[in-house]
Amino acid sequence: MKSESTSNSTVLNVDELKDRVHLISKENKINKWDLGASSSRDLSVQVDQGESKQLKASQRNSITIRVWNKDDLLGITSTSDLSTKGIRKAFEFAHNASNYGNKDEIPQFSKLSTSALPGVRNILRNSTGIDHLLEILKEAELQLINSHKSITSVPYNGLAEANIERLYINSHGAQRYMNVTQASLYLYAKAQEDGRKPRSSGSVKIGYGVEDLNIEDCINEASGKTISHLNYEPIKTDKYLICFTPEAFIELIGSFSSMFNARSILDGLSLTKVNTLDQNIAVPFLSISDQALHPKNIASFTFDGEGTPKRNVELIKDGKIFNLLHSESTARRFNVSPTGHAGMGSKASVSPDWLVISNQDSKLNTRDLHHTKTNQTYVLIEGLNALHAGVKASQGSFSLPFDGWLVENGTKKSIESATIAGDIRYLLKNILAIEKEDIETPSGISPHVWVDNLSVTGE
Amino acid sequence: MTYTLTKNQDILASSQFTADVVRSQLEDLISYACASGADFIEIFIEDSDFIGLLSEQDTITSVNPSFSKGVGIRIFKGKKDGFVSTNDLSRTGLLYAIDQALGMLGLINSKISSDRFSGLKDLKNYSGSKDQLTSITPTIDNVGIKLLKATSLLNKEGKHVQTRRGNYSRSIQEVLIASSDGTFARDIRLHQTYGLNLIVSDKSNSSSIARRLGSSSQPTDFLNWNIEKTVDEIVESSEKMLYANYVEAGQFPVILANKFGGVIFHEACGHLLETTQIERGTTPFINKLGEQIANTAVTAVDEGFTEGAFGSLSMDDEGMEPQETVLIKDGILKQFLSDRAGDLRTGNPRTGSGRRQNYSYPAASRMRNTYIKAGEFTPEQLIQSIDKGLYCKSMGGGSVGPTGQFNFSVEEGYLIENGELKQPVKGATLIGEAKEVMPKISMCANDLDLAAGFCGSVSGSVNVTVGQPHIKVDSITVGGR
Repeated sequence: MKSESTSNSTVLNVDELKDRVHLISKENKINKWDLGASSSRDLSVQVDQGESKQLKASQRNSITIRVWNKDDLLGITSTSDLSTKGIRKAFEFAHNASNYGNKDEIPQFSKLSTSALPGVRNILRNSTGIDHLLEILKEAELQLINSHKSITSVPYNGLAEANIERLYINSHGAQRYMNVTQASLYLYAKAQEDGRKPRSSGSVKIGYGVEDLNIEDCINEASGKTISHLNYEPIKTDKYLICFTPEAFIELIGSFSSMFNARSILDGLSLTKVNTLDQNIAVPFLSISDQALHPKNIASFTFDGEGTPKRNVELIKDGKIFNLLHSESTARRFNVSPTGHAGMGSKASVSPDWLVISNQDSKLNTRDLHHTKTNQTYVLIEGLNALHAGVKASQGSFSLPFDGWLVENGTKKSIESATIAGDIRYLLKNILAIEKEDIETPSGISPHVWVDNLSVTGE
Repeated sequence: MTYTLTKNQDILASSQFTADVVRSQLEDLISYACASGADFIEIFIEDSDFIGLLSEQDTITSVNPSFSKGVGIRIFKGKKDGFVSTNDLSRTGLLYAIDQALGMLGLINSKISSDRFSGLKDLKNYSGSKDQLTSITPTIDNVGIKLLKATSLLNKEGKHVQTRRGNYSRSIQEVLIASSDGTFARDIRLHQTYGLNLIVSDKSNSSSIARRLGSSSQPTDFLNWNIEKTVDEIVESSEKMLYANYVEAGQFPVILANKFGGVIFHEACGHLLETTQIERGTTPFINKLGEQIANTAVTAVDEGFTEGAFGSLSMDDEGMEPQETVLIKDGILKQFLSDRAGDLRTGNPRTGSGRRQNYSYPAASRMRNTYIKAGEFTPEQLIQSIDKGLYCKSMGGGSVGPTGQFNFSVEEGYLIENGELKQPVKGATLIGEAKEVMPKISMCANDLDLAAGFCGSVSGSVNVTVGQPHIKVDSITVGGR
């Protein structure tokens, strides 16, 4: 067999690339520039009823070059071509683009682009190769199908491993490089009983390498969730007491993250305005932070697109927005330090890394509620769908299809098809309880969160 | 094994796509794969050039050029396939990629037969005069001036204006496809898309309205854009929606407007008619060919040749010319959309629908220009037929779930009472399942129109057109508050 596993040898040679770029910049008389590059090698497999369905491998490179012209205006270009010819062309394009640089907001080098990077536990795993991935996924599919007579297929599945390198260098001597590895497994099963509609649910796991994936848990979770939706009923349209699972609450907060995104606020695309930063927006016991450096945030880079070290940032505390997420440019506007959340652009985007939601003071919960103990009737939201379509981030409203259960006297019954609608401002101020147990998900950490009186549309 | 991109010369470094040297190198690579036991190999080479501009308020805030080259190699053995993509266009890089794909399929590099591949056919060059496209598309200056004029007009015409944005992107994609069945085809694709977004607010009320337009192979399209018309539409809609109340949830008859209203058919039904869904067993329409799956009022097609439409192609990403695929005729399911893998695995013949975002994805059966055909009624007759319902003038985005459920947000909606349009309402989401909703499309108006969009699915994001006339759905779940 030729399908080799790849070692952790690298594609990006920082010193060699830096020398080439210095030379090209001199040729073009460009004194101020920076460059971000990434290279990834991925393997992925999908299976169908014990047979390989899609086997994929990729080697991808990209660089983004920003140059400042003699008037200090910025231009940018991206390319997949790391050859000298490609970089030379990118410099030329970026220089041309600088003629159209925005005079009103000129990004500069991050003042933290040469400061020390945080020490994190970075585990690199060797690729195990496509044959091994295939073997594992076939077995996982079989186990999942065999876990219940109604599970007939696993139409959406995948096992992948990736080796990703990233670097940042600039003409003032900044030099960042990091290499991470990541593996992921997803299993979405389909189950159907006679005369009933098909039901589907699944699970996702992420690790540094395949050996770190909890495959058994993934199978059990996918099976358990799918089976729990077999016995479904329509739900009556009404207002309900709602309990968001950690996954669902992180999804919802993530889709409204423009609330604490300085870029969105400055651009008028956020609910938050510069003059409303001091206002109370949530119950006092809700704590939200972005923790790029959390040890459970697998394969996170330690610097952002502008070379700024990543750091953990408290976003909501004591009911107020405590900090914002910043790029170099927005940080300058707010007279603070960049937070390590920027992309690389002529106008750098800002985005969260890994949200951690917790109860700042459980004594402040207004109701004593727990999803395994309460006898009250409530809707348990397992996952929210179509967030890209159903969230109006600049207006605060959401109307989202969800998977979940109606829970009455501790008995769960799957909901056939429904949407939940509300306003994030109402929701944050009307949280009744945040449970004590912090639960880890692939996209962050959160307890179960309770909110009353949200509209559910069913039949 | 690791290699750098500079070790060997790029296959296109000193030549154009059409040069004989490229043909001979590709034949060499294809022969190698066939001799190693591949039943079929396809090499997809792409050279792309992109530029995007963003205007905010009265400033161009972002100019983003990019260019890229890459290769996607797909090898079939029986019904199985392995796919490798790379930016390394050197011979060493391509051979390594082929070896990887062969290895995925358990094929060892031993000479099986030297005559399994009889060479590439004559080049089918669909690019024609498109080589000149780059030089006649608008310059950055032209684009910037027009975008700023548009955002300025939004300010002039609008009330309660909070945020104004205009955007433009232009993509030129040159592709060359060579495969072991002799396919050898080249095309150059030009796509332009542009639009405006307006957020208005007044105290605690706000609304956001966006419009996007797009075209293919129409270099002067952007320059001919009637910005006054788009601005008027957006300003009017945003003002109406600013003070709209939330819609009451429930089951209602609904009128979906023409143009982008077709996104529901695209998501809810179109995707279920792709052979990728048959392969997964996730479409309720499997084994339903020749059966009534929709109301007799519904005839729906997918095609790739409407001039200038965003989803039109000279050839698909497997080198096949597009055609009109009648999906549903008078409510009866006629055909699925199929690509090479779909043909092989489901027996549905290829329809020129093999599409991919770029070289890093294997092609899959995807929609092009998809629409419900015009009917005999006027839009007014549809509205007059409803006592109490919802008129969805403009749709937001949506999605379809793994078992066929769909959901769509309504960007601009109005109540219908006693056959007349009444007050605007916001916060509506349409929810349902294609199998249940298709038979409820009881009336189609005579005002078919198309709209440009992007569709994300297994082979990435591709340019598509959605469309329909005004249609009436007798009953659908409307999510609200």
